[in-house]
Amino acid sequence: MIAHSVFFYIFSLIAIVSAVMVTVSKNTVHSVFFLILDFISISCLFIMIGAEFLGMIMLIVYVGAVAVLFLFVVMMLNVAEQKGQWFSSRWDGGTHIPVGLLVSLIIFFELIIVIGGWKYKPDLLNSLSINVSNEVTNTRSIGNVLYTDYILLFQISGMILLVAMIGAIVLTYRERAGVKRQSYVKQISRERDEGVDLVDAERNKGVKIDA
Amino acid sequence: MLSIGLGHYLTLAAIIFTIGVVGIFLNRKNVIVILMSIELILLAVNINLVAFSIFINDLSGQIFTLFILTVAAAEAAIGLAIIVVYFRNSDTIRVEEIKNLKG
Repeated sequence: MIAHSVFFYIFSLIAIVSAVMVTVSKNTVHSVFFLILDFISISCLFIMIGAEFLGMIMLIVYVGAVAVLFLFVVMMLNVAEQKGQWFSSRWDGGTHIPVGLLVSLIIFFELIIVIGGWKYKPDLLNSLSINVSNEVTNTRSIGNVLYTDYILLFQISGMILLVAMIGAIVLTYRERAGVKRQSYVKQISRERDEGVDLVDAERNKGVKIDA
Repeated sequence: MLSIGLGHYLTLAAIIFTIGVVGIFLNRKNVIVILMSIELILLAVNINLVAFSIFINDLSGQIFTLFILTVAAAEAAIGLAIIVVYFRNSDTIRVEEIKNLKG
């Protein structure tokens, strides 16, 4: 039990510190790396608490795909060199910093109040829809309901991913001049008369091609 | 203090959520950091859902976390594509200099 709490505090401390560093670090590449560290520590917390499938999925999806996508865009746009502009405030005279901190503090205390209400009335939620059984593993129980009860949501999320992929391609697509590409219609609709030309070749004169 | 309960996880999620909101408010650097702050906020929501799911023995929270993960990945892809197009058109993604809408 003590080891569990020690690991919880270590991982949550790493997560909080790296979340702060995502926000305040001057170099955007460092921000992306701290985001990766944050995801890794949170997925360790998920594995500790017993949701090992989601922890692994977090590692694969966030660290393997989303963070690498961020890194790719940061390096492609070359914005990592805009240093020394940490919370620069020449735009509106710097009034956004205290206002932003105040609003964030209010949001934090509201969340803490909600957590306090949960602690004082722990039987607030007692409607269990899908019970977790101890016999099968976490991955197997998720699979049992994901492909039966939630099949519609599963397919809709697949459609969302497809639409996002097509949208990203359409947004960033750029027609370049001078690129040779294949035209299927032109290739298929080619007739014999366009391609073949019969020429009478005279002796010792050769054939003049006027193409 | 030593036994980790639901409150610990909820407090962690609240702290990370607030850090994400602070990142959106205070950022004057570039839009990519704002997108990363949005990812932090979604991560906090995922922590809440998983913690509740474990502590009240209900699997639906983890299923919904899976779907939130899907939507977050789609959102990141679209947002980064928009940022790439904007950078190509106007050569900057600094937050101060994006003022086409006169906001």
